[in-house]
Amino acid sequence: MRIFPPLNPLKLQILIIFCILTTACGRLSEDQNNGSSASIENKGSDTIVNLALAWAEEYQDVNPAVRISVTGGGSGTGIAALINGTVDIANASRSIKPEERESAQGNGIDPIEFVIARDAIAIIVNMENPVDKLSIDQISDIYSGKINNWTEVGGEDRPIVRLSRETNSGTHVYFLENVLRKGNKEDKTLFSMDTLLLPSSEGISVEIRQNPNAIGYDGLGYVTEDLKVIAVAEPGSSEYILPSAQAVNESLYPIARDLYMYTAGEPTGEVLEYLEWILGPDAQDIVTELGFVPIIR
Amino acid sequence: MRETSWSEFLITRLIKVTGYSAILIVGIIFIFLLREGSPALIEIPFSTLFSVRWYPIEDYFGILPLIGGSLIVTIGAGAIAIPLGLATAIFISEVAPRWAREILKPMVEILAGLPSVLLGFIGILALAPLTREFLNLPTGLTALTGALLLSAISIPTIVSVAEDALDAVPKTYRDAALAMGATKWQTIWRVTLPAARSGVLTAVMLGIGRAIGETMTVMMVTGNAPVLPTGLSALFKPTRTMTATIAAEMGEVANGSVHYHALFLIGISLFLISLVVNLAAASVVFRQKKRAERILS
Repeated sequence: MRIFPPLNPLKLQILIIFCILTTACGRLSEDQNNGSSASIENKGSDTIVNLALAWAEEYQDVNPAVRISVTGGGSGTGIAALINGTVDIANASRSIKPEERESAQGNGIDPIEFVIARDAIAIIVNMENPVDKLSIDQISDIYSGKINNWTEVGGEDRPIVRLSRETNSGTHVYFLENVLRKGNKEDKTLFSMDTLLLPSSEGISVEIRQNPNAIGYDGLGYVTEDLKVIAVAEPGSSEYILPSAQAVNESLYPIARDLYMYTAGEPTGEVLEYLEWILGPDAQDIVTELGFVPIIR
Repeated sequence: MRETSWSEFLITRLIKVTGYSAILIVGIIFIFLLREGSPALIEIPFSTLFSVRWYPIEDYFGILPLIGGSLIVTIGAGAIAIPLGLATAIFISEVAPRWAREILKPMVEILAGLPSVLLGFIGILALAPLTREFLNLPTGLTALTGALLLSAISIPTIVSVAEDALDAVPKTYRDAALAMGATKWQTIWRVTLPAARSGVLTAVMLGIGRAIGETMTVMMVTGNAPVLPTGLSALFKPTRTMTATIAAEMGEVANGSVHYHALFLIGISLFLISLVVNLAAASVVFRQKKRAERILS
């Protein structure tokens, strides 16, 4: 049998470190629980996340007692969190699905809907791409895989690389229903199989910035100056319109939608105050600043 | 003496508990996976499960493209990482002078600690555009880009473990070989490497394990299009791996839905694949050990 050297000093050290760590953690969680300020958990759509962050920041000045934590992840993620009761407000760039509402009610939660802003979805391509207008029919054919080369829509002889957000994105669902299927509920057209599903808006911007073959879509608020925005025409119309706040409010630009916040049951207390502030003029000015479309009251 | 036996008792027990807990944890994980994933086998007809379309929001649950995607990226990464990694290990252990070795080994180990999201970022900004321009592909977000980055992740693991194994081969082996008139290359290839075979194989398996389980990097650079790979050309097209699918979609699914069960079924497949790879490696290692022991005795 081998004789072990005495390990006492080392063991003591480990014990001390362990003690320090556990007490430190204990104190940390106490701090969070005993905080006097109320906190609002806000999660969901990546389209809304920047707007929600800007609001939360501004609201600190209006009501410093309320702490708001904002996270993204996608509309589905936010609504799932609302159903599981882990957030106070869920952000969504699509309205809640009937089955989501059912499962929420199964958990004893009644989601209440608020339209908080509007958004235009811009079709974007690389700056070098000579194409500057497309009809909804052409966009639908591109994404369903019927059109595979830019020459078919008046561009250079290049293959088309289709970019889309992941399936948990509200923008993805909106695009599928209203552009790919042109709002026709019976239509079962799907995205072409080789459509690249990128996990973030930023992923789409980065790829389009450097790839002249690519086409993508994104909320107007996310389109930067080094991306080219395509003018879009409604089916049967020959008027090609660039997305803008004005075009959305006059219902001229065809790919626009409402953005939502959902609360678990009728909001009360801090959440109600926050939502009232969001629907007010100060918060709606921020909507305009960030490239979204304010709601008209 | 009394004190040592007390600490010895504690240490043996502690080691025993940790040893058994590893088995227990793997068992519990598998039971959990089975419980959450097996309902998918009943809910989803086999014809759907083994189809080539994965589009969960419209109930297309074909997992073949995902398995194919994971395999092609992993095999690609292995094809790059194994030769490079082993060659580096041999160089560091057998060829490089002492001072170079003392610099190289820690450097490789630092590389092993690089967060994979960082590599993904480098991949999406630098490697993907380069791949596209260099190979004249429609897009740089391909299986190849993923394989290149994954090989960068697994090479440090392979080098580090294989170098340790080579280093553990007794100097007398090399001396004997050289004394018999073998060249340096013959000594490395015929004596040192076979003697360290089990350790080298472990290194390769750990490297492959890191590659197949890696999530963030592949999600960022492979384009995530669920297309069934049908040949070598698939390496130059976008692909979607099992890990990226789970990571991208798990946050969104409603607890207990068909989609949720399908994602766990993917988890089971992943678990089984790594189990098969490990069993295959283990059987080879054990067989090799017996032979080596025969020779030595």
